[in-house]
Amino acid sequence: MVNGKSQLLLNRAWLSVFLMLIGCLLTIAQAQSGTNTVEAVVSQDAFTELIHQLRDAKLRKKPALVKQLGELQDTRVEAVLQALLDGRLYYTKDDRRAVVFKENSEKGYRITDVVSGTLIGEIGKRQAKKIGVNNTLRRILRSKLAELKLDSDASEERLKAVKALSQKMDARLGHLLRDRLPGEEDDDVRAVMSLAIAILDVRGQDTGLRLDAIEILATDLSSNIRNTLNDLLRTNADGSFAETDKAVLEAATDALKKIDRQVWLYGLVETLFFGLSLGSVLALSAIGLAITFGVMGVINMAHGELMMVGAYTTYVIQQLMPNYQDSFILVAIPAAFLVSALLGICIERGVIRFLYGRPLETLLATFGISLILQQTVRSIFSPLNRSVSTPSWMSGSLEINSVLSLTLNRLYIIAFALIVFGLLLMVLKKTRLGLQVRAVSQNRSMAKAMGIRSERVDALTFGLGSGIAGVAGVALSQLTNVGPNLGQSYIVDSFMVVVFGGVGNLWGTLISGMSLGVANKILEPFAGAVLAKILILVAIILFIQIRPRGLFPQKGRAAED
Amino acid sequence: MFSMGLLKNDLGGRIIFYLLAAAAILVPVCNLVVPETSVFYLSSYTVTLVGKYLTYALLALALDLVWGYCGILSLGHGAFFALGGYSMGMYLMRQIGERGVYGHPILPDFMVFLNWKELPWYWYGFDQFWFAMLMVVLVPTLLAFVFGWLAFRSRVTGVYLAIITQALTYALMLAFFLNEMGFGGNNGLTDFKDILGFNIQSDATRVVIFVLSCVALAAAYLACRYIVESKLGRVVLAIRDAEDRTRFIGYRVERFKLWIFVFSAALAAIAGALYVPQVGIINPGEFAPLNSIEVVIWVAVGGRGTLYGAIAGAFLVNYSKTLLTGSLPEVWLFVLGSMFVLSTVFLPKGLVGLFSKDGKEDE
Amino acid sequence: MNKLLGSRIDQIPDSVEAGVDTRHGQVLYLENINVSFDGFQALKDLNLYIDEGELRCIIGPNGAGKTTMMDVITGKTRPDTGTVFFGQLVDLLKMDEPSIAQAGICRKFQKPTVFEHQTVFNNLELAMRTNKNVWSTLFASLSGEQLDLIDEILETIGLVGQRNFLAGSLSHGQKQWLEIGMLLMQQPKLLLVDEPVAGMTHQETERTAELLLALEGKHSVVVVEHDMEFVRSISRKVTVLHEGSVLVEGEMDQVQNDRRVAEVYLGTLC
Repeated sequence: MVNGKSQLLLNRAWLSVFLMLIGCLLTIAQAQSGTNTVEAVVSQDAFTELIHQLRDAKLRKKPALVKQLGELQDTRVEAVLQALLDGRLYYTKDDRRAVVFKENSEKGYRITDVVSGTLIGEIGKRQAKKIGVNNTLRRILRSKLAELKLDSDASEERLKAVKALSQKMDARLGHLLRDRLPGEEDDDVRAVMSLAIAILDVRGQDTGLRLDAIEILATDLSSNIRNTLNDLLRTNADGSFAETDKAVLEAATDALKKIDRQVWLYGLVETLFFGLSLGSVLALSAIGLAITFGVMGVINMAHGELMMVGAYTTYVIQQLMPNYQDSFILVAIPAAFLVSALLGICIERGVIRFLYGRPLETLLATFGISLILQQTVRSIFSPLNRSVSTPSWMSGSLEINSVLSLTLNRLYIIAFALIVFGLLLMVLKKTRLGLQVRAVSQNRSMAKAMGIRSERVDALTFGLGSGIAGVAGVALSQLTNVGPNLGQSYIVDSFMVVVFGGVGNLWGTLISGMSLGVANKILEPFAGAVLAKILILVAIILFIQIRPRGLFPQKGRAAED
Repeated sequence: MFSMGLLKNDLGGRIIFYLLAAAAILVPVCNLVVPETSVFYLSSYTVTLVGKYLTYALLALALDLVWGYCGILSLGHGAFFALGGYSMGMYLMRQIGERGVYGHPILPDFMVFLNWKELPWYWYGFDQFWFAMLMVVLVPTLLAFVFGWLAFRSRVTGVYLAIITQALTYALMLAFFLNEMGFGGNNGLTDFKDILGFNIQSDATRVVIFVLSCVALAAAYLACRYIVESKLGRVVLAIRDAEDRTRFIGYRVERFKLWIFVFSAALAAIAGALYVPQVGIINPGEFAPLNSIEVVIWVAVGGRGTLYGAIAGAFLVNYSKTLLTGSLPEVWLFVLGSMFVLSTVFLPKGLVGLFSKDGKEDE
Repeated sequence: MNKLLGSRIDQIPDSVEAGVDTRHGQVLYLENINVSFDGFQALKDLNLYIDEGELRCIIGPNGAGKTTMMDVITGKTRPDTGTVFFGQLVDLLKMDEPSIAQAGICRKFQKPTVFEHQTVFNNLELAMRTNKNVWSTLFASLSGEQLDLIDEILETIGLVGQRNFLAGSLSHGQKQWLEIGMLLMQQPKLLLVDEPVAGMTHQETERTAELLLALEGKHSVVVVEHDMEFVRSISRKVTVLHEGSVLVEGEMDQVQNDRRVAEVYLGTLC
């Protein structure tokens, strides 16, 4: 740690460099304009004066002072206002003189003088007092800061500033923006600027200007733009429009319609997105089932519990890796796959192999296994739900525009489901195991005759299906709490997905999962979550009557058995 | 006697018949006449418990008829049971009258609680016993008819059928959980006071319902035995073993399936109607897929395709459930789960298969 | 054997005759039948006519559409295009499997299918031509005449000794005969017999041939078979199916000497 004294020296050195620089700049400025020098000097004094006033003033006097500060052409103003807004602007109690920025330090506060920018040193907490702010003042501070940031070098800062300002446009701000618009290089900032100016123009008198403004406003979806347009369509008490200009009225109505259409469209996209993410979960939980059911003719009622086991594996891995909260999930995925796959192989070798060719019996036996697994988990982990935290890189959302933002964890789940599906297709299409699995599923005895060890293939297929259930469990652990009943709540749904898609067709499972997810989310706003689910169930029951073999049935002789 | 003629070649049936007759005579005596201090005294708790088992046995019998004989594995028979139960429950609710917590003369408590002003139309008529009893049978059979007609007509069979029956009962469960459905939501129907003017809590009423359950089970058993012994029973067996062959010798398979399914649903509904006054509550939990699938295990453990096996299985599994959930609740699911596995892997013919002579019928 | 089949079986009740108008001497008309599964054309413009009382053999390599043709006749598969008439008036495409069976077209499956958990007697009883709706089945009992008929058929198919055996315990050949017996119980106008001698011993094959020959004249019989010797031993007229349509039709010798047939089928087999 650098000690206080040498730090001070260092700062002094920097300050002298800084002052020299300013000196140079002032000289250049002087060369350009004779008056600037005077102003600069005056403002320097004015800055100190205003700061001191700010220190002593009552709350209700402060807004005026802030405004005056904002008028100053002084580079220090922005930092002061920001500090005031953040509650970092203090003054020292003992001499009631210096106004300082504070930073928390070990002993108390480390303070820096606002006027000179020099580090004063560390003081105790009781030796400094905060300069108070209230909400009114905060609002004013924000808009002043935004004005100041209009000239920031970073285009993002400028964008934020213009957005903040556009909430409260007035003539003065209009001038500010108009001045800067031609010189602005960033397209986004320009667009926001023209919007802000349009908000102002639309309230003016010139019809042509107003119509142009409306046209510009119609390109944006944010709520304050809509409010602006709605204001134009305000009606009087007798129902007539307050606005008398017919052309403006018409244009505003059209613009609103256009905006509403877009908002509706983005709403639809959002519903679709929610639906797809639900569908991914459904498809993910059904794909493993589709393998065991479609390829092997085994009804695995314990599938949900294998998902539960995957979810608990995630939970355990997280407990084992407390220092890796962002990366434990990468370990959990293969771990869950392995645990569930091994468990699946045990189930196949221990029970199911005695029941081939009797699908209804496998249904009952695996149901028994599901009860045993549930109770086992209850005994080991208690019946209470556990929660698995979400890695930070999976939280947050992707903002497309002011009405549409996509949450990251849902995006990841969609991607994850597609990756798992893709990998599975690869395994089935490109590997030797896949070839054997397909051979056994199409004609067991012929496959045996060709020298395929069908028992081994059965065990591995079941393991594969179970492993995917485990992986689905990892995904579920990111969406809901992990509990012994986790699997039960998904089993009916996943069977519906498989049956709806058509047994023995992985693409069918994917498509049916996605479409059921989307249908569910489309119905939900009208019917409520439970009724939507009931409607979907009834729809599938009816659908099975029309197409008993699902959306994508196997056809021809193979399907007759 | 007609019944003994039917049971001539049915030892298991005869045993069950005698046991039911004995229960119907002895239980009232031991509960009502024998003094409480006597060793022969049966507590009302036991009467109700055994009465509950009787209704379960009737439900199992219904399932065995469709599954054991016709090969239709219904994972939704609990739905018919529960619908029968709800019909009975609605009658019992209407009988409460002003004695409810809110004292409303017509509306049941939960409707007053939900601020409903009028009785929903589908609650009309349930204050009449005959109407309620008609509905007990009519509503579930109508559902079974529509569902079965659709499913069998489009030849939904085997696993697909099992899964959509499960979806059916699951959908009904979700629906009955909704308060807006007007069936008491989560809590279901309870706090019953009397049935046909008799106090539902009194020993005498309980014993009467118990005897009625015995009679219903015996009658249902005879009816089922008659059906499976008739040519229709053989057609149904033929459908189970070779559906296409049956169709190609000129039987309309779907009609036979539908008939047997609807009949079975009616039996399940009657079981439900007898169940509710004995346990004093009906709630959406009865629709849970787990319940329906448990019925399947009663039949599987007892031995399907025998009728008496289903009854034996229902008693056995439920008795062990009562014992275990009382003493070692966490063990019960292990036991139930193992029953599923063991009975399917090692006892495809159930427990009665261990005692029956002809082992050659095995698949 | 001929004698045994004589008396009762040709006393076909009027009801059977009622719908089936065979004045032109033909019992079955298949015209322009097309069936495809998933892009695979199983039947292609198939035309086939079966005469009354005729015994017709249908041969053809695997995938020629023989079983699909039977499926179309019995209502299991609906053709994409084409017409199927039973006699002059009965449109089979408007009927489902049970009504086609009740109208008098019976089918034996490729794989012998009997009700394995029921006795031979009960198998025949179930197949018997009678009212087959639900309620009459529930209260059905056997008349003396019906009992006699069952006994007669038992004798015909040579399973008198196995009368009370479970059908599942029969040998492969016996199951085939039982199935043919079940067809006879329905007193059909047209029998469709799919591979009746597959997996049979030589003696069994001979007996089956006798059985089928005995039916000729009283019933129309369509036999699908791979066993050429068997076909030669029973057949008057042979139809060769190839890739879903009729390649050649005619006497066995004539067919066998046909160059096209030799190319697609017999050439590799004989």
